[in-house]
Amino acid sequence: MEQYRGGAPSADVAVIGGGVVGLGIAWEAARSGRHVVVVDPAPGSGASFAAAGMLAAVSEYHYQEEDLLGLMLMSARRWPGFASPLAAEAGYLRTPTLCVGVDAADRQALADLRAVQEEHGLEVRSLTVREARRLEPLLAPGISGAFEIAADHQVDPRRLVSALLSRLGPERLVRERAQGLLWDSGRVVGVRLADGSEVRAAETIVANGLGARTLEDLPVSLPLRPVYGDILRLRVPPSLRPLVTATVRGLVRGRPVYLVPRSDGTVVIGATQREDGSDAVSAGGVYELLRDAQALVPAVAELELYETTARARPGTPDNAPLLGRVAARHAEGGAAGDGGDVPGLIVATGFFRHGVLLTAAAAAICREILDGGTEERWAAFRPDRFMDDPRRASTVHERNQASGRTA
Amino acid sequence: MGTSVNTAEGAYEPLLADDPFVVDGVALGSRLIMGTGGAPSLDGLGEALEASGTELTTVAMRRFSPDEQGSLFQLLVEKGIRVLPNTAGCFTARDAVLTAELAREALETDWVKLEVIADETTLLPDPIELADATEQLVGRGFKVFAYTNDDPALARRLEQLGAVAVMPLGAPIGTGLGILNPHNIELIVARAGVPVVLDAGIGTASDAALAMELGCDAVLLASAVTRAQDPVRMATAFRHAVTAGRLAAQAGRIPRREHALASSPMEGRAQFL
Repeated sequence: MEQYRGGAPSADVAVIGGGVVGLGIAWEAARSGRHVVVVDPAPGSGASFAAAGMLAAVSEYHYQEEDLLGLMLMSARRWPGFASPLAAEAGYLRTPTLCVGVDAADRQALADLRAVQEEHGLEVRSLTVREARRLEPLLAPGISGAFEIAADHQVDPRRLVSALLSRLGPERLVRERAQGLLWDSGRVVGVRLADGSEVRAAETIVANGLGARTLEDLPVSLPLRPVYGDILRLRVPPSLRPLVTATVRGLVRGRPVYLVPRSDGTVVIGATQREDGSDAVSAGGVYELLRDAQALVPAVAELELYETTARARPGTPDNAPLLGRVAARHAEGGAAGDGGDVPGLIVATGFFRHGVLLTAAAAAICREILDGGTEERWAAFRPDRFMDDPRRASTVHERNQASGRTA
Repeated sequence: MGTSVNTAEGAYEPLLADDPFVVDGVALGSRLIMGTGGAPSLDGLGEALEASGTELTTVAMRRFSPDEQGSLFQLLVEKGIRVLPNTAGCFTARDAVLTAELAREALETDWVKLEVIADETTLLPDPIELADATEQLVGRGFKVFAYTNDDPALARRLEQLGAVAVMPLGAPIGTGLGILNPHNIELIVARAGVPVVLDAGIGTASDAALAMELGCDAVLLASAVTRAQDPVRMATAFRHAVTAGRLAAQAGRIPRREHALASSPMEGRAQFL
């Protein structure tokens, strides 16, 4: 793709980060008639390159993560509309999701979760083993139970990145690393690039995942940490197609694994979660994924393993994204008690396991913010929400003392 | 840290204040040791750790890098909770020794919870590798907390090899089956000269209370809290259960009788026992 040339270009919106989230936000902003620039030396090469692309608001629900569930459901509802102008290019498919347990405890865990999913109005259909295997005959005969979630779909993140890049056009992309934010009298006015040049913009959106940790001059400390994942891509021989028709998510003796079938006859098997600091593919991780996937679908052993990938997800302390504006009082020299936000700056990172699913939500919310307002309920995801948290600043003992040591 | 006493309820304080859990000369106010595996989020883990009242937490060195900012280790430092690095995922004595060395260098502690696993299906300790690793680590100056089978003979051997604590399992890791052989745990406790920590297999609060009633000095658990639907509530339950079990163990339970005995004695009779 051609490089953006010329000195100090200016734009309505500069998006730092060309992964699915940044590109989704940029495209939505461009569709609203704004002049947009995306800054990324290698778009789509981070977590987006690894992601399986499950749009799984229901099956990704975890106990007590109700705020995040609300955002995931909003995003899932928006996905068909978000994807439709991209047509088949983005690999958006309405394949359902089948959650499968391997032993009795797995079935119990899925059934317990379903009870809470249903309390939240989510639709999870219980299937007998025979019903599940009628839908997916290559499932292992020994599985203990299955639940069908019709609302959890998929997209191919690599095709999504290409589709979004081509819609935006090469002239919108600055292939350079963002060094820091540009400030002018208390507002963010663009991006400083690693090569010393600048991109000036009325609004700057920080959407570069873990890269936000090293971005200079941010007015807020973002609690991001890398949560590495290994993920596999396999080709199904013609004689075995389709291996599965639904996305199959298994609990294999307590360990989660998923198989996402693509329309081109490949499947994606993922994913480990490691905080061991290693960005290399883990042999143990690959082994465990294949072992557990094979427990669900024995024919996995017949596939061609053509790619193993490891990437880091941008994790946050509560698994929810850092999305929105930042209060000016956190900025250096910001007036204490000043109720306003830093003008010209929006943060959209920390999407952890849910970047692809939440792309539609991030695009919609960023557009709302650019248009001058945002719904109160998204305040739960403000990037500065951890700054005022007393838990961040104290130890167990200080807290025990503060609370008079009562249980 | 380490010397302050962190009781479950203010009313128990006089009974528990002089009863710290002492291991390797360090006094801990809580007899609950928490593992960190299986937690859905860092925030959720932090809240559960606080609710548990724990002062000692074990972390798998093979799963978590101590170098990352905003990581689990930073959370533990912020909360003032001591770290007991463990060698989870090691199958040989050699693996375990290398992992322990890595932990000592990174965390500047010579404490290590030694896990040497025989196979992936049971995650049971391999007794022979475990004994070898204990001997080697003690020789290198480590303070070894040995995760062991509920085998009184092996527990004794580990103590003789220099372990500062023996940690017999109640049931295999992550099973939540409770204490499958209470008699063996009692035997281990009866003969031990170092603290005995019931480690692994705990499913719910009564399992932890039973461990303490059997005479264990502390209880170590992770999944029972981190994988519960409401980890904070479950951690609180364990905090109380460990306290309850400890008090019960010290209070002198009544003998088990075959026949009923009215709780109010008959008037006019002398009471001797």
